Amino acid sequence: MSEGLNIIVCIKQVPETTEVDFDEETGRLQREGVAAVVNPFDEYAIEEGIRLKEKYGGTVKVLSMGPPQAESALKDAIAMGADEAYLATDRAFAGADTWATSYTLGLSIKKLAPYDLVICGLKTIDGDTGQVGPELAHHLGVPHVCYVNEILEIKGDEIRLTRLLDDKVETLGTSLPLVVSVSKAINQPRLATLRGRLKAKKTEIHKITANDLEADPMKIGLNGSPTRVVKIFTPARQTAGEIVEGSPEELAERILQKLVECKVI
Amino acid sequence: MSELPISVDKEKCTGCSLCESSCAFGSLVMEEGYPRFLDDCRLCGECVKVCPTDAIIIKEEGTEIEFSDYKGILVFAEQWKGKVHPVSYELLGKGRELADQLGEKLFAVIIGSRLEEAVKELTIRGADKIFVFDHPKLEDFRDDPYSAILDDLVKEEKPSIFLIGATSIGRSLGPKVAACLETGLTADCTSLDIDPESRLLLQTRPAYGGNIMATIICTNTRPQIATVRYKVMKEAEKDPTNECEIIIKAVDINNLPDRVKIIDFSPAKEQVSIIDAELIVSGGKGMGDSKGFEVIQGLAEALGGAVGASRPTVDEGWIEYPHQVGLSGRTVRPKIYLACGISGAVQHLAGMKTSDVIIAINKDAEAPIFSVSTLGAVGDLYEVIPRLVEKIKERKKNG
Ligand SMILES: Cc1cc2nc3c(=O)[nH]c(=O)nc-3n(C[C@H](O)[C@H](O)[C@H](O)COP(=O)(O)OP(=O)(O)OC[C@H]3O[C@@H](n4cnc5c(N)ncnc54)[C@H](O)[C@@H]3O)c2cc1C
Ligand SMILES: Nc1ncnc2c1ncn2[C@@H]1O[C@H](COP(=O)(O)O)[C@@H](O)[C@H]1O
Repeated sequence: MSEGLNIIVCIKQVPETTEVDFDEETGRLQREGVAAVVNPFDEYAIEEGIRLKEKYGGTVKVLSMGPPQAESALKDAIAMGADEAYLATDRAFAGADTWATSYTLGLSIKKLAPYDLVICGLKTIDGDTGQVGPELAHHLGVPHVCYVNEILEIKGDEIRLTRLLDDKVETLGTSLPLVVSVSKAINQPRLATLRGRLKAKKTEIHKITANDLEADPMKIGLNGSPTRVVKIFTPARQTAGEIVEGSPEELAERILQKLVECKVI
Repeated sequence: MSELPISVDKEKCTGCSLCESSCAFGSLVMEEGYPRFLDDCRLCGECVKVCPTDAIIIKEEGTEIEFSDYKGILVFAEQWKGKVHPVSYELLGKGRELADQLGEKLFAVIIGSRLEEAVKELTIRGADKIFVFDHPKLEDFRDDPYSAILDDLVKEEKPSIFLIGATSIGRSLGPKVAACLETGLTADCTSLDIDPESRLLLQTRPAYGGNIMATIICTNTRPQIATVRYKVMKEAEKDPTNECEIIIKAVDINNLPDRVKIIDFSPAKEQVSIIDAELIVSGGKGMGDSKGFEVIQGLAEALGGAVGASRPTVDEGWIEYPHQVGLSGRTVRPKIYLACGISGAVQHLAGMKTSDVIIAINKDAEAPIFSVSTLGAVGDLYEVIPRLVEKIKERKKNG
């Protein structure tokens, strides 16, 4: 960290899924009217990048791997305050699982070097694995810290931060470069300003292809993915048990019987 | 730009469009009578399966690899302060089942400090062998040394399957191990089976906010690694007669990576323990306002249970997040789950449907919660619950 921090934020574009967007009958994602948005968890990653830049100086680059339309997610990040945007996009990247995604992001980040801090969201709302951050750190050969809920201080190459485990909050210390996955507790993401949006319109999105990365073709996309999806289905509805109607008195009585049957009273 | 590795053989394609309706992601559109694959195609292969004329082809490179030297199922036995985390027993339960199906052995690995008690607990839970890495400097979980130990152990022992609990530790550790071993990892599985023909592990997990389930396999690399959600599988029974070999491994602490240091820690804020509760009374949006939780609390107290909640009630600020049950909250598996004013959206069901007995109170006879409940009462929770509480108290008084 000589002149400010070189920060890279990894973001993904995802369909905005709520229960209404899935057709229960056919099990299909309904695309009409479904917006593609920045993965909500990644907004915290972008925000943290911008805050660190504001505090320590430096630049924030946002990076995504995805189809060409993922440009709009990168523009949203620029509108929030990121400086530069990079999109790794190539049909050869299609079908990537977390291993191949993190390999590709790793190569892209090496191209964007030097970097001090890579910030990922905790997980995506579509794939929902939370694996890309830690796997990416492995490909870069740098440490990774998960569930980060506060970055306390960066001094020279030293960083202190806290993470939230199931039963405790830990304060950790390590040196840069580092990959972190940040939790929602870390900040409150800002909204894009009008000026930001205008800037985003003019900002060029740099494209990165498989060729640019000199990627091993057996390590990207479907070929580079150890896992395969073999089946997709809607969760089975269980069969219903007994359903009773009646006066509140009768209902209470029936529930009481059931609780007695189950030996809780 | 290269081409997508999926294509249609126009000679064979009849334009029936079955493929279009099979695509869960809408990434396949019919154009001029043929399917066209959009750039966000996930190559999941559902369309290939439904095509009656085998006209859709996914081009994959790579050769079939023999894995006969990979055998056995390894379970990561997580421990906190020398106590085995119960998810480990669940993994051993499932692991035993899978091992028996495959005719292979079940192993466990535990890392920590002063592990005698923990190891004793583990030996009676069905494993054939336990690998123990016990060293004072391994007391607290750190990604670096823990994942390095596991990498080495897997390379030595060559298990075909490796199961890790999807706790915060497991979900941080698992991807580091998988990336290093250059193998696949399926996150947060809720069901595991063996495909009898290929003997591959079928790993099923929710995705897209629980709206769909995906079954995932790992064909060309080993081990097949999965993190498994807590409170979904059944714990291995205690069996004091289990014959289990204990292997104490040497720990060469100075040669283990350890880049991130723990400077300090504090216990997380008071935990609402819905996870371990045997009985949970949950309230939903149907309560109308925050006062509803007073009624729910009353019932929970009368029954000696914990209070749960659906997401909107947490979003509204009626109750704190640790009470939230469901996909983005906690998965629970109590003996009895009482859902009051909860509609039963998939995301909520994802967190409670494996409860032994589900009792629902809802005004709407069509509410989906009734389709998973053992007993469904169609009525107003504000009228039913106070009467129920009275009856419980009466019964307790009369013995
Ligand atoms: C990615 C994602 C993750 C999610 N994660 C979770 C999660 O972890 N947990 C979760 O719960 N949800 C989660 N959700 C939200 C979920 O989809 C539903 O919105 C939510 O579970 C509905 O909560 P509810 O049943 O309390 O409310 P509603 O759906 O509004 O249902 C209220 C019910 O109460 C009944 N009712 C009304 N008045 C009364 C009365 N007086 N007496 C009796 N019954 C009455 C109504 O008939 C209705 O059925 C998630 C959604 C997404 C997209
Ligand atoms: N295709 C992608 N491009 C850029 N970043 C990604 C991509 N996929 C995942 N990430 C990052 O990795 C995090 C975890 O994603 P996941 O493992 O898919 O749940 C996300 O929050 C992003 O920060």
